[in-house]
Amino acid sequence: MTRITYREALRQALRDALLRDPRVFLMGEDVGRYGGTYAVSKGLLDEFGAERIRDTPLSELAFVGAGIGAALGGMRPIVEVMTVNFSLLALDPLVNTAATLRHMSGGQFSVPLVLRMATGAGRQLAAQHSHSLEGWFAHVPGLKILAPATLEDARGMLWPALEDPDPVLIFEHAQLYNLEGELDDSAPLDIRSARIRREGTDLTLIAYGGTLGKALAAAESLAAEGLSAEVIDLRVLRPLDDATLLASVCKTRRALVVDEGWRSGSLAAEIIARIVEQGFYELDAPPARVCSAEVPMPYAKHLEEAALPQVAGIVAAARGLLG
Amino acid sequence: MNGHPSIDSSAAVGLLFDMLRIRRLEERSAELYGQGRIRGFLHLYIGEEAVAVGAVHALAPDDAVVATYREHGHALLKGVPMTAIMAEMLGYQEGCSRGRGGSMHLFDAATRFFGGNAIVGGGLPLAAGLALAEQMQGSTRLVACFFGEGAMAEGAFHEAINLAALWQLPVLFCCENNLYAMGTALERSQSQTDLCAKAAAYKVAAQAVDGMDVVAVHDATRQAVERVRAGLGPYFLEFKTYRFRAHSMFDPELYRDKAEVERWKARDPIPAYRARLLAGKVLDDDGVAALLAEVEREVEAAVAFAEAGTLEPLETLCLDVYTGEGSA
Repeated sequence: MTRITYREALRQALRDALLRDPRVFLMGEDVGRYGGTYAVSKGLLDEFGAERIRDTPLSELAFVGAGIGAALGGMRPIVEVMTVNFSLLALDPLVNTAATLRHMSGGQFSVPLVLRMATGAGRQLAAQHSHSLEGWFAHVPGLKILAPATLEDARGMLWPALEDPDPVLIFEHAQLYNLEGELDDSAPLDIRSARIRREGTDLTLIAYGGTLGKALAAAESLAAEGLSAEVIDLRVLRPLDDATLLASVCKTRRALVVDEGWRSGSLAAEIIARIVEQGFYELDAPPARVCSAEVPMPYAKHLEEAALPQVAGIVAAARGLLG
Repeated sequence: MNGHPSIDSSAAVGLLFDMLRIRRLEERSAELYGQGRIRGFLHLYIGEEAVAVGAVHALAPDDAVVATYREHGHALLKGVPMTAIMAEMLGYQEGCSRGRGGSMHLFDAATRFFGGNAIVGGGLPLAAGLALAEQMQGSTRLVACFFGEGAMAEGAFHEAINLAALWQLPVLFCCENNLYAMGTALERSQSQTDLCAKAAAYKVAAQAVDGMDVVAVHDATRQAVERVRAGLGPYFLEFKTYRFRAHSMFDPELYRDKAEVERWKARDPIPAYRARLLAGKVLDDDGVAALLAEVEREVEAAVAFAEAGTLEPLETLCLDVYTGEGSA
């Protein structure tokens, strides 16, 4: 066990991948000399050189598209997009090409691309740097969507993502980079399943990425009131692990989804639909959700906090379910 | 003098043969479209054949080609069998994309034909990435990317050519300037209509070529290929050409006048080049007739093959959304 930050865990994963496979390279804005916007790739340029740690122009459309091309050409690119809002400039190559190519070509071309980006709010960066749009990407067949919320996943998800023959998008919640703790890095990880992060019997809190910590804190608070919350970390947003979700909900009979995305048309909506479709008769209360307020993320601290799912709101919603 | 002084006679005849193959394939496709056998969008390349033929003949077989949604000819030239192209257009699983792509999405891994891209400009970043992979793997293969002049108004063009120039990637940018982005004339959509000037702004060597002259296209491309393969970075070729038919089969052509179309048709690359071969005594009338007969046989065989095609079973609808998975 070593003490490590989420950022360092991501860096270790990158370094490990670069050492293991000569086809792997990292490219994106300021990943090299600057060391990465969130300092994830700091030091990698010195170790691996400018060929494999590639600073790109501010051209999301081109360097994401080029990542797809390089993947088709036999490389294993890791493309870093600074933040999810900027990834909208690369929606075309991701949705129209990376996601479609294998099916559209009759199974001829897989796209082994890994794309990493920061997502989420909490740093007073306002309405063009703070959104949680991973749910949009999780809408698209052909993509796989990961949301590492723990040090283990920050360290362990990259390699299986690189081994995957299809495009994998990894969403790193920007509030997690400074998360610190002990890491047991020996355990191999899958990128298929949700995980139960806390066992409970009275209700299931379903969270991912930046909301996992809040859900766990809410569970702790509920425990002090004598309420036992199970906490599921989705980990993989597409394809969703229905089996783990349903097994838990059928046990606790109550479900609360905590999602930093906007409520309407959200991942939370999809999860609740699946719970209702597959577990309706097991439920003792209507499933509920805590999402971000439906506003562009405001700058002022009190407004931003009010717009985001918070522990108190999760606890209150949980109490409501337990009536 | 064989009509094309820098190549041998059989190669010279090969250029004509391939232009005829594309022309006839597409004429026949238009008929099938009229009969409702081909559906969706069908974009014909008729009039522009000298561009793809001259350019692709100048590539090595293992060079990659990325093309547009007007790509039947490029696919054929790259070596995709006409049977598989025709079956694709008819929506059968014997098609080169199993009937999932249709006319706009022809693909073939075996011949390194990377589509078939129906997003204008979408192929350009892809081509830069394929070329980056070649460069990083130390290969001498290059990537030829075909796109229309309309794509040069897209950010994808500017971002991709900048990247290619910055990293000296082996990309051959092949602009098929047919003067109209669907119905919008170049001068109505781009402030700078000197397309080579745009490429030159990124320090990419650029050359405008008469795209109605297959010999000119072939020569210019061969020289460009030599430079790109030598590691001198990307090269931009503007092929000035013209689409004789409508943009797609739904286009009533309100945006250009008939006299203009007729003027360009008078420069049809096929009769012009045929005349050169006849004048150069590389071919005689019997030779031309033999080529036409062979083309006709190939096209009819492709149609017969396609019409005998089978529908992909519904059970595999979700096959290959993800690699090795039937559904997700």
